[in-house]
Amino acid sequence: MTNTIGCIEKADVILVTGSNTTENHPVLSSFVKRAVTFKNARLIVVDPRRIKLTSFAHQWMRQNLGTDVVWINGLMHVIIKEDLYDREFVAKRTDGFDELRKLVEKFTPEHVEEITGIPAQQLIDVARMYAGAKAGSILYCMGITQHTHGTDNVKSLANLAMLCGNLGIEGGGVNPLRGQNNVQGACDVGGLPNVFTAYQPVTNPDAVKKMEEAWGVSGLSDKVGLKVTEMLPKAHDGEFKALYIIGENPLVSDPDLNHAEQCIKNLEFLVVQDIFMTETARLADVVLPSACFAEKEGTFANTERRVQRVRKAVDPPGQAWDDWKITCEIATRMGYAMSYESSEAIHEEIRTVTPSYAGITYPRIEEEGIHWPCPAEDHPGTPVLHTAQFPIGKGKFHAIDYIPPAENTDEEYPMYLTTGRVIYQYHTGTMTRKTEGLNERAPESFVEISPKDAGQYELKDGDWVQVASRRGDITARIRFSDKAVEGTVFIPFHFAEAAANRLTHAALDPVSGIPEYKVCAVKLSKAA
Amino acid sequence: MSENRIVINGNDFSFEPEETILQVASRNHIDIPTLCHLKGAAPTGECRICMVEVEGAQALVAACSGPAENGMVVQTESPKVIESRRMTLQLMLSSGNHNCAVRGSDDKDWTQFQLAVQKEDGSPQLCPVWGDCRLQDLAYRYQVSGERFPKTDTPYPMETVNPFIVRDFSRCILCGRCVQACNDIQVNQAIHFGNRGAATKIIAAGDRPLKDSDCVFCGECVQVCPVGALVEKDAKYKVRPWETKKVRTTCSYCGVGCQLHLHVKEGKVVKVTGAEDIPPNYGSLCVKGRFGFDFVNSPERLTTPLIREEDGEFREASWDEAIDLVAKRLGEIKEKHGGDTFGMLTSARITNEENYIAQKFARAVMKTNNVDHCARL
Repeated sequence: MTNTIGCIEKADVILVTGSNTTENHPVLSSFVKRAVTFKNARLIVVDPRRIKLTSFAHQWMRQNLGTDVVWINGLMHVIIKEDLYDREFVAKRTDGFDELRKLVEKFTPEHVEEITGIPAQQLIDVARMYAGAKAGSILYCMGITQHTHGTDNVKSLANLAMLCGNLGIEGGGVNPLRGQNNVQGACDVGGLPNVFTAYQPVTNPDAVKKMEEAWGVSGLSDKVGLKVTEMLPKAHDGEFKALYIIGENPLVSDPDLNHAEQCIKNLEFLVVQDIFMTETARLADVVLPSACFAEKEGTFANTERRVQRVRKAVDPPGQAWDDWKITCEIATRMGYAMSYESSEAIHEEIRTVTPSYAGITYPRIEEEGIHWPCPAEDHPGTPVLHTAQFPIGKGKFHAIDYIPPAENTDEEYPMYLTTGRVIYQYHTGTMTRKTEGLNERAPESFVEISPKDAGQYELKDGDWVQVASRRGDITARIRFSDKAVEGTVFIPFHFAEAAANRLTHAALDPVSGIPEYKVCAVKLSKAA
Repeated sequence: MSENRIVINGNDFSFEPEETILQVASRNHIDIPTLCHLKGAAPTGECRICMVEVEGAQALVAACSGPAENGMVVQTESPKVIESRRMTLQLMLSSGNHNCAVRGSDDKDWTQFQLAVQKEDGSPQLCPVWGDCRLQDLAYRYQVSGERFPKTDTPYPMETVNPFIVRDFSRCILCGRCVQACNDIQVNQAIHFGNRGAATKIIAAGDRPLKDSDCVFCGECVQVCPVGALVEKDAKYKVRPWETKKVRTTCSYCGVGCQLHLHVKEGKVVKVTGAEDIPPNYGSLCVKGRFGFDFVNSPERLTTPLIREEDGEFREASWDEAIDLVAKRLGEIKEKHGGDTFGMLTSARITNEENYIAQKFARAVMKTNNVDHCARL
């Protein structure tokens, strides 16, 4: 997030898109609901499903799946045409406005309506509402990123925010909601193939040299590594030999699972380090038991870049170890000594090679976390990014044209499928499905469908249905819902026994490598 | 200089416009007791416990909603105030199953009372929040019991039909904190005041059980309940505050990073509460953060390293053996095929420190940048 969670209550217009916030970020959704209910904020929701937040919204635009670039360009078309944009911000803080203006010319409200299904007048009203905000906040989540053009979607939202001067101010911002406790931190400390800690490119010789010196090694690779979604296909071809997987369950979370399973089985050597015997661990050569969050010391970075403490409350079961200790032991036995007294000692090393974390010490975050960047111990941290300038100086507008999703419906596969989570379960269910109460509330997978669509297939609420895509099929119960949009079914991906990802498409965004979980084509038939 | 001054218990304080008497007092460490007052929500004046005496006023004034005024002279513990609070507490204690020791302080009808409660409660124990109850605290502070007035029964049975929250109407004092937590803080709009007069009840969805309402079991109502009316089902009668230690940490589910307390009893996490007054969540949690911790104590946890045998089955191994095997195999693959045939999938679920070590291992030991995690998935 460029801004803080607290900032949401300072916005006068909030635009939420591709985020079922009340189910996936319930506590954060309260900030949105309070802003709307008690602080006169206007709420715009752009989502195909009738999610709970639509009942709080002043405007709900229901776009066709995979058409986000179109409505965002449409909003900018109206804002520029009606001269509602922030001329001063555009002039002083940005580059590339002319190209953007030229590109969005063709995205007239009528043209947008044809592609997205959003009524032209509604688009105009929403454009005026967002552009009229003193501080407008954009919140988005995987509904924006999990597309073959997800990077385009994100850049388009950034265009919109810059156009209206909504960056670098309290209550504004472009705010991705992180779905996992430490996605932000994993990225911050170099858990990515293209960057070291603090996003220092591995292709930058200075960064490579700095790391070699800090780690006392030579010959670090300066070649960008493979993304997870690139490793597996290479395993399938035999080019890729070994994987060490920590705390992940790709055999439920990856797209096109049947293929993913073949890839993993083709590895020469698989190590899985986890707290449970997951679907993935069952295929491993060696399984290493680790401690869970309640059993260890350390830090997580949350979605607003706040680095917070994790503390040990109980002992790990049996012989389980902290994850860092396991990895360090393996390294040491391979001839590179890695030895730390504590997680705090590791954190001290992180500070020396991570400029944005340099000022964050354990004592400083004892009570309250600090937002990075925090370059020095006397620096208070940075709740709002880009207040004076962008890291690259001026913000760049990207003129982005519309590209349709990778897979569309046809005669054989006439329905769209979109996937996501429900409030009572979490990701692949490894943790939440151990709590009886949560299972009582959300016991099994389901196929959310509009009653009208169900009628076409003569399906009744609660019927078992087989859902098939070009890649696989699953069987689950039909659930009638007024959340559903006609022509599209929704299936949660938590449940391994009816894994939605047997159906999903592994087509990737070319930049982010994120799969298109939110759009694929399926067919339904009543299960025997 | 004479602007915006107020005298409380003989001491002179300044105040800001729109501050209440309660706000000025608590800012200056003067303790005015409250039951219904909820930070972050508008004061309702529902419970009448915070009444204070204002010079020149006909009646006592509710400090939570009464604005501070220039020249105001306030007494927070005058005989008149204390008499009012005692009466309010006695009425609350006489209504329903307040079977803490307070009730039986002069043991006239204790046995009979306790037996009646036991019948309704299905437990011989004292109130589930004994020792952790604002009403009990105040009963001690003002030295009252529930015996001044005859016990009035509650017409509403306990609700236990959902997996997380027990609603015990016999211990509800109708302070309305839960209603505010649900509507003003979480804005889930699931519970409201229903019925009128003596029949007043906190209801969900036209007086249906929580499970059939808009409730999403965030448990904010349980956290703010000052008495034993709303308690965690799993912790009821099993977890007493003096048996546990609290450890503050960060939630392990979504990216909001809620601050919470793990309540630990005999080496096990038995209850979770939100850490109040601290960003980002200021005490709020969701159903997973508050109730979804059973995985920690799960018997299915991995407890020992496992190595796959040639017959395809796993066998238990020592750390020494498992780590040796991993080091040997990865070393061979690096040697034979090069480090770029190896990949490290680190995790969005583990700590920064552990992620750092994982990527350092891939880069410094395996000499590859094939490092990624589940952010994309």
